[in-house]
Amino acid sequence: MNMKAEQQYIDLFTQYEGLICRQSAEALNTPRAKAFADFEKLGFPTRKQEKYKYTEADKFFAPDYGLNLNRLEFPVNPYEVFKCDVPNMSTSLYFVVNDSFDKHVHPSSRLPEGVVFGSLKDMALAYPELVKKFYGKLADTSEDAITAFNTMFTQDGVLMYVPENTVVERPIQLVNILRADVDFMVNRRVLIILGDGAQAKLLMCDHAMDEVNFLATQVIEVFVGKDAVFDLYELEENHNSTVRFSNLYVRQEAGSNVLLNGMTLHNGTTRNTTKVLLAGRGAEINLCGMAIADKNEQVDNNTFIDHLVPDCTSNELFKYVLDDQAVGAFAGKVLVREGAQHTVSQQTNRNLCATRESRMYTQPQLEIYADDVKCSHGATVGQLDENALFYMQQRGISVKEARLLLMFAFVNEVVDHIRMDALKDRLHLLVEKRFRGELNKCQGCAICK
Amino acid sequence: MQIEPNKYVKELTQEKYKYGFTTDIHTDIIEKGLNEEVVRLISSKKGEPDWLLEFRLKAFRYWQTLEMPEWAHLNIPEIDYQAISYYADPTRKKEGPKSVDDIDPELLRTFDKLGIPLEERLALSGMAVDAVMDSVSVKTTFKETLMEKGIIFCSISEAVREHPDLVRKYLGSVVGYRDNFFAALNSAVFSDGSFVYIPKGVRCPMELSTYFRINAANTGQFERTLIIADDDSYVSYLEGCTAPMRDENQLHAAIVEIVVLDRAEVKYSTVQNWYPGDAEGKGGVYNFVTKRGNCKGIGSKLSWTQVETGSAITWKYPSCILTGDNSTAEFYSVAVTNNFQQADTGTKMIHLGKNTRSTIVSKGISAGRSQNSYRGLVRVSERADNARNYSQCDSLLLGSRCGAHTFPYMDIHNETAVVEHEATTSKISEDQIFYCNQRGIPTEDAVGLIVNGYAKEVLNKLPMEFAVEAQKLLSVSLEGSVG
Repeated sequence: MNMKAEQQYIDLFTQYEGLICRQSAEALNTPRAKAFADFEKLGFPTRKQEKYKYTEADKFFAPDYGLNLNRLEFPVNPYEVFKCDVPNMSTSLYFVVNDSFDKHVHPSSRLPEGVVFGSLKDMALAYPELVKKFYGKLADTSEDAITAFNTMFTQDGVLMYVPENTVVERPIQLVNILRADVDFMVNRRVLIILGDGAQAKLLMCDHAMDEVNFLATQVIEVFVGKDAVFDLYELEENHNSTVRFSNLYVRQEAGSNVLLNGMTLHNGTTRNTTKVLLAGRGAEINLCGMAIADKNEQVDNNTFIDHLVPDCTSNELFKYVLDDQAVGAFAGKVLVREGAQHTVSQQTNRNLCATRESRMYTQPQLEIYADDVKCSHGATVGQLDENALFYMQQRGISVKEARLLLMFAFVNEVVDHIRMDALKDRLHLLVEKRFRGELNKCQGCAICK
Repeated sequence: MQIEPNKYVKELTQEKYKYGFTTDIHTDIIEKGLNEEVVRLISSKKGEPDWLLEFRLKAFRYWQTLEMPEWAHLNIPEIDYQAISYYADPTRKKEGPKSVDDIDPELLRTFDKLGIPLEERLALSGMAVDAVMDSVSVKTTFKETLMEKGIIFCSISEAVREHPDLVRKYLGSVVGYRDNFFAALNSAVFSDGSFVYIPKGVRCPMELSTYFRINAANTGQFERTLIIADDDSYVSYLEGCTAPMRDENQLHAAIVEIVVLDRAEVKYSTVQNWYPGDAEGKGGVYNFVTKRGNCKGIGSKLSWTQVETGSAITWKYPSCILTGDNSTAEFYSVAVTNNFQQADTGTKMIHLGKNTRSTIVSKGISAGRSQNSYRGLVRVSERADNARNYSQCDSLLLGSRCGAHTFPYMDIHNETAVVEHEATTSKISEDQIFYCNQRGIPTEDAVGLIVNGYAKEVLNKLPMEFAVEAQKLLSVSLEGSVG
């Protein structure tokens, strides 16, 4: 079965390479051959590999999925289905249906001059030099089979480009919709480039519309220039038969500040790999994540922060609440290279297991080759504080309510890192609904409920 | 230097030569290489029963199917397992220095710093010192006391002969031959080791130490220790010594198995100071040890304390399986690496029983160009209600070219578990050094003081006489690493 899982994609690629390339752009086609060779060599990751110890990738790729290699347009008008506004927050709104950028741009979406936000394929045709310069430069196909796989098959996605010293005031919201009538696979690609001194905020929401099995791979490459500021929020609200493999690569230049916050509210199986390269002095990364999982949901976050140069800061905070038979995994590694003095790095992972069947695996790792650094990490797995529960009950709050309150407080620490107040409020509400069981399944776009 | 005893030694060694008690007679080393014949040969030379030969053969056949693991954060040069001789007669006398004057002066200086008694120095530098040391009488009184209490403390070969039922029941019960690459190798070719059995309700009146057993000095590179603490018993066991051990064997793959029954307590302390290789990173011992204890009984307790300063490469995880309800496990470790040493060490705490508790305190100190890793696993199984773990691992970096790494794993399968892990990495601050300098303490001593303070939590867990030596050892190991 193992071999078969790879073989069907190797055959598919060999047979349809021409078609895949025709429906894409040159900049995206160039790295395919190397990706294919790497994929053939690597095969799908198995649990034997340390990095994929907690998520068995090959199992998910074995079944038959439909692929939209011909780039047929899906008859869906996202605006009819969604009014994805966060109250009190005006965003520039864009959609990606499966892996194609939706060209019906929302009338209220407007961006400052010079800022580009659009289909990666189209942009690769319009600005081939720009895309060529950055595309595939961070996402190393020889290192990760999922990245190689995505690079082989991806045909479209999103390009975001913010020129030097341009500030995008309005947050940009990108809604990824999974829509299909049969079991379906999506290979999405996002390329984000911020010039020196640029600022932008991007909110990405994932929604699955149909009750079929979805498998989505996503590779995001983010290049953050000197002194640039970038926020990326990822919100996942999929149903239980979606599988998501998302690899996020970030490279930060001197003085840049990046906030990454991934929130998993509903999902099937999720594997997020985040790799941050602090390449310029004084760069700061805040990497947060939160997962609320129940039933058979599985959330696996694998992060790697590479302190390449001195004077960089990294803060990492991940929190999980696991109910029913949910499985959570967190593996975070901080690497401080030789000579990267005055590094400040903090990593925290806290988890609540609510049932006997829920499982949590955590691996907070430090690898340090410089002596003048301040690095710490902490991880806990436990339950709610008995004393706090008792205190609340004394004051007439029922056990159930007290538990909920403590759980909100627990998770909200991650939500509080969000640097947009309106979104923060919205998420507080969503988290509360999620815990109260009012967000039982993804009914369309939960964000606008 | 005391002159008189030296003279005596000289005379005695001379005398021995005169009577022909020399090295040439007992040279009993088998050909290099490893195959089934060698395993059979080892077994027959030791006159072992069939079941033990069977055990060795099973292990050997399994070992052949294995490949050397590569997951550790270590850079291990390829080891040629066919270039090792797997059997040397333990009664064979090593070719050692003939007198104090022949001993490497470097080694003597280290002894001075550690404050090791003269007799011990001689023993450690490989001289035949039975006559000098009053060890015979020590041993005799020692053995008598133990026998009175019913404690069995002997070599494992002796135990196989004298107490086959006990050995057969527990050998391989904690570390099976299928456990890992080196456990399989050890199970196939283990040379000798210690066997301890503490009967029900007995509190061992003294610290048991390999030091007291004469053949312990040369049990070879594949040592195997088995300790069984029966219900309500207590024993404290010491392994190794603080003095630098020059050893001709490069690869050490030992196994330590401990079985702790109802309400019993075992305290296992190790001070490891094998030859770490020279300042350029040449030579040195590879210390690949599998140590594991099973807290089988209700309310049992196992405590590991280790001070690791030697070896070119240290790769070991003294672990505890908390099978019995209400059992407790502790792991205290100081690992020091200097020059080109590498260490990947830590522990595993496997919680199976209810209300089990474990504590991990690990202190890593890296200097020079060394790499020091903590790797640990805390697993709480479905049935282990109310399990509690606290882990703390701190790293201290001395110098900008060394590395300190932390790889903790936590697998939690029970909602009632409370597991905490904390880690920090820091260096000795200039303020601290400056403060000491101001008070007339040279930088080197200041580092020693600060390091000892940093490792105090662990050193305090060592038996008294060990603790004092271990403190000095830390300073000596880090010599020349500052400035």
